[in-house]
Amino acid sequence: MTAAAQTAPATLDKSVFEQWFDERFEQKMAEREANHTPSMTIIATKGTLDMAYPPFILASTAAALGWDVAVFFTFYGLELLKKKLDLKVSPLGNPAMPMKMPLGPEWLRQSSLPIPNLIMAGIPGFESAATRMMQMTMQQKGIASIEELRELSLEADVKLVACQMTVDLFGYKKEDFIPEVSDWIGAASFLPIAQKADVSLFV
Amino acid sequence: MTTATQTLDARGLNCPLPILRTKKALNTLQAGETLQIHASDPGSVKDMQAFCQQTGNELVASGGVDGEFSFLIRKA
Repeated sequence: MTAAAQTAPATLDKSVFEQWFDERFEQKMAEREANHTPSMTIIATKGTLDMAYPPFILASTAAALGWDVAVFFTFYGLELLKKKLDLKVSPLGNPAMPMKMPLGPEWLRQSSLPIPNLIMAGIPGFESAATRMMQMTMQQKGIASIEELRELSLEADVKLVACQMTVDLFGYKKEDFIPEVSDWIGAASFLPIAQKADVSLFV
Repeated sequence: MTTATQTLDARGLNCPLPILRTKKALNTLQAGETLQIHASDPGSVKDMQAFCQQTGNELVASGGVDGEFSFLIRKA
């Protein structure tokens, strides 16, 4: 820091003043940045096993980085706040999802099973089987369960807020949800939180 | 190398678990104490770097090959 940054010049010579201001401004901005706690808000709208991951991975990781995080769960996203999670995933209508065999020799696990939509739609219990296969593959690869990530997010003070309108819409009972839900709010309450956040994501 | 105050085995865990466990372990340490982490997730190399940069903890050492990585972090 130069002497110019510490005291304002007594006489206002324009160039000296400008230099003083620039240095002081830089200094103040750096201070502000150093003291700023980053924040993030996420809107979670999906209730499938695959789409449950992005909000919880990002929320728990951001919290580990020291950020303030709030996740707003709306529509099918509310499934992620149930006490008993029963999340499913299916390659039906989800064409980019690879069907991986969680069992058998390595060459078989590496491959992806191409199953026509008509067959997926026609076999009873196909969704449960696909979900089970995905869960097994995830477990083998050391991927955390949604329950675990949710627990870690809560431990790290991530705020989980729920959409009141969705509860009314689908006739949910509040006792079906984990007690850690910090608030039941609407769009008008969520937006001011998002407005102040550095990062806002829609999942 | 001096021995770390605490060791964390994060082998077999995938993103973001190594980072979350690291953060948890660091919470139990005092400033200046060190944490040794063993991990198998190749993504953890860059993630540990980013984590330390964001949180201000010092990444004293980082290295490893082929699914065996180790890191030493000094708590700020």
